Amino acid sequence: MTTAWAAVAAVVDPEIRVITIEELGILRSVGEEPVTGRVVVTITPTYTGCPAMDVIRADIRRALATAGHPQAEVRTVYTPPWSTDWITEAGRAKLARAGIAPPAPVRPTGPVPLTLTVRCPWCGSPETEQISRFGSTACKALRRCRSCTEPFDHLKAL
Amino acid sequence: MTAHAEQTAQAVPGAVQAVPEAGTDRFDFVLGLADDALVAAQRLAQWCTHGPEMEEDIALANIALDQLGAARLLLTYAGELEGAGRDEDALAYRRDDREFRNCLLVELPNGDFALTMAKLLFLAAYQVPLYTVLASCGDERLAEIGAKARKESAYHLDHASLWVRRLGDGTDESHRRMQAAVDEVWPYTHELLAPDPTAPIDPATLRVDFDSVVSGVLAEATLTVPETAWKPDGGRSGVHTEHLSYLLAELQVLHRAHPGASW
Repeated sequence: MTTAWAAVAAVVDPEIRVITIEELGILRSVGEEPVTGRVVVTITPTYTGCPAMDVIRADIRRALATAGHPQAEVRTVYTPPWSTDWITEAGRAKLARAGIAPPAPVRPTGPVPLTLTVRCPWCGSPETEQISRFGSTACKALRRCRSCTEPFDHLKAL
Repeated sequence: MTAHAEQTAQAVPGAVQAVPEAGTDRFDFVLGLADDALVAAQRLAQWCTHGPEMEEDIALANIALDQLGAARLLLTYAGELEGAGRDEDALAYRRDDREFRNCLLVELPNGDFALTMAKLLFLAAYQVPLYTVLASCGDERLAEIGAKARKESAYHLDHASLWVRRLGDGTDESHRRMQAAVDEVWPYTHELLAPDPTAPIDPATLRVDFDSVVSGVLAEATLTVPETAWKPDGGRSGVHTEHLSYLLAELQVLHRAHPGASW
């Protein structure tokens, strides 16, 4: 099973290609059916309408086929709902290096209309402003740095 | 087909599968929520490439995508509750307008940007408390859908609130158009919160949260709600405005012309 886990964990997110699905926190489990021995992978979507899910499922099956598990099944679960708190520390560091500001911790009550300082991933300045709360993908907002004037993506806390 | 169903089918052509039977309360309820989300998604998606600025274009498309995501989960569950073998595609693409259970608010044309934001504000102010209640309800499937959709709807509410405040408390012209939008759409909010004690969740119980959020935003936006006793409804029983038929024609034409097509 370690080879199956390693193969699945290495699948990168098709929309944010610097981070793996394990680092993004959407990979729930990699198991084996007791009787058939078939590999079963469980994932969860970031957003309900995430259009990348089909590609992720196909990428997982392809990775497992290459690792010697051609009959793998990918299941999707919704409970508990994904949160940006599940993005690993390594994942956050990779996002920042790619110019995507990582999300702040989610409050227990969920997102609320408030403005938190988001540091510019390029120059580190806290002087940034939101251009649009909806960005190039469902999970990102668009911001601009007032210090270095560069625009950047921000993974929204969810 | 029962004799009862035949009679109803004659009265409402094409509505055979929507004939209520004992124990379909939950199916109807879930279908109503699903259709709200599906029709709202289609309307919002019509802004794509027509937004007032690129950021807003992307925002509306993102919100449409969230609504579509919730619609797919809800339609799938509705199909399972019905037990007649209809999946999300069968329910989305193969029903006629009289079989849709969405509220009238979501099917109204987009109008100008102010009207779209008024619609989104009222829809989100209804969906946030609704999904929050669902998240802790006894139905496991509705609970997981509610827990997920609640977080997304909170962003929709935030977005609509910002625009309604900005436009209402903006220039004379933006205030005039935002107020006109609220006046036009407000009567349709009553249908969202109409009491239905037989529903798994009585929409009337959401009114406190709805009123609290909406009155706060409108007050900040220097807007008022119109004084009118008109409370249009009918969506939950399949009696819609003509706008839904055109919307569904566009939504369904490809699937109906090429059933089962994929690419």
